[in-house]
Amino acid sequence: MTAALLEVAGLGAQYGRVVALHDATLAVAAGELVALVGGNGAGKTTLLRTISGVRPASAGSIRFEGRDITRLAPARRVGLGIVQVPEGRQVFAPLSVEDNLRLGAYARGRERSAEGLARAYRMFPALRQKRDLPAGSLSGGQQQMLAIARGLMAEPRLLLLDEPSMGLAPLLIAEIFAAIADLKRAGATILLVEQNATQALKIADRAYVLETGRVVLEGSGATLAQNERVKAAYLGM
Amino acid sequence: MIRRREARRGGLGALAAVLLVLPFVLPNTYYLNVAILAGLNAIACIGLNLLIGYAGQISLGHAAFFGIGAYVSAILTAGQGWPPVLALLAALVLNGALAFAVARPILRLRGHYLAMATLGLGIIVAIVLAQEVRLTGGPDGMPVPPLVLLGWSPPGEAAWYGIVAVLLWIAAWLSLNLARSPIGRALAALNASEIAAATAGVDVARHKSLVFVLSALYASLAGSLFAHYAGFITPAKAGFLQSVELVTMVVLGGMASTFGAVVGAAILTALPQIFATFHEYETIALGAILMGIMIFLPRGLVPSLARLAGRR
Repeated sequence: MTAALLEVAGLGAQYGRVVALHDATLAVAAGELVALVGGNGAGKTTLLRTISGVRPASAGSIRFEGRDITRLAPARRVGLGIVQVPEGRQVFAPLSVEDNLRLGAYARGRERSAEGLARAYRMFPALRQKRDLPAGSLSGGQQQMLAIARGLMAEPRLLLLDEPSMGLAPLLIAEIFAAIADLKRAGATILLVEQNATQALKIADRAYVLETGRVVLEGSGATLAQNERVKAAYLGM
Repeated sequence: MIRRREARRGGLGALAAVLLVLPFVLPNTYYLNVAILAGLNAIACIGLNLLIGYAGQISLGHAAFFGIGAYVSAILTAGQGWPPVLALLAALVLNGALAFAVARPILRLRGHYLAMATLGLGIIVAIVLAQEVRLTGGPDGMPVPPLVLLGWSPPGEAAWYGIVAVLLWIAAWLSLNLARSPIGRALAALNASEIAAATAGVDVARHKSLVFVLSALYASLAGSLFAHYAGFITPAKAGFLQSVELVTMVVLGGMASTFGAVVGAAILTALPQIFATFHEYETIALGAILMGIMIFLPRGLVPSLARLAGRR
């Protein structure tokens, strides 16, 4: 593996005295799609939030392009290109679709948003028709598309996707995964957290399996999909 | 976007028209006096609406900033002989510094806890104002010298009305422009979801501090002007009831609506005066009207009515 874009070493995080993440170590190289799979409460979301800085780390270090960012404020990390698309379709419900997208480009300054808007609408044409409507009026699938499009407006160098398929109909899940695969082909670096392990392992270059806050397995997406333990626990086989 | 810009211009035009016509239709100076008090409350409410309506943060202690504005103006002009304008600016600086100092620790809290913390701030300030008898005159209050602008002192209600009307219009204009700037979008974003706002690169803590300081400055300006206009102030103007009244004005007029804040302030200032003829039933009538509005127009007057008008 070449020099990693993101290196996480011995990362810990806790909510009060409850340890949610324990000694997590992983790396993501430029252009890679890395999946994090694991059950409920395994620490996947906590890990993403600690990388994006929304939650403080209690131990360990996070390096981005070799630079230590463990204590950097979340807004500064967005400036560096680390952009998280939070779970649960966190769109700004009262704001219009277009204002949501504009906010995505907030860290870049507004000048570049016209070009970014065009790119977002090319990728998700459904959003263009609804540009003036409040984001809260969109369907669940469209809200997830908007959340991803908003993340892309920040021109991320590392995109952190948290459960993009959560609560969506199967048809929409396929559409979202197709969009993620498109992003990867376009050269994006993505760290993807998913409960839908089957789909995630199919499109991922590599994956880590998290259990009760620890990384217990790692390997290529295809290898892990064949692993007996993973099959039994997460693929329902 | 275009529609909204037109609505904003139309609203500012309508506000200017109302402010211009009002002194000619009001029958006597008593009503002008009510209009001035309403205007001063409206300035404070426009600021408070930035915090409550746009950014979604509650403050149950906002009268503290109003009170500090009033007392700094009073003490510096009466006790130290400062020119009123300089005292007003000093009050803005002091209030801004106080708001900035408490903003970070206080605005980490949310919901009921933020309400409690701001409530505490308001109570502390009210107690200090009531206890520092040597400086503030204590619970009895203190007299305030008249306002002087470049050697000119507003001679009567009409001149005062002009000053307040101009400042109110500027306050509304600033608030509307802020709301549709990138800062306004960032405030709306952190109101909708702090996590999503943070992941979009919005510095949540910094924007909360900024809007808290701004809303304190609005209240400070209104407080300083009120002190000079009324000529006498008491710690009650910084008290809990006053804070609740400001919040009620904002909610009644409509959250996240600058004109709503103005309308709410105007109604809640004028209604008690109108109902004064009902004597002991005044409070009951006022309460019933508030309940009726919140039941039938839960989004507040201006947004609800704008929606009704838009549907036709």
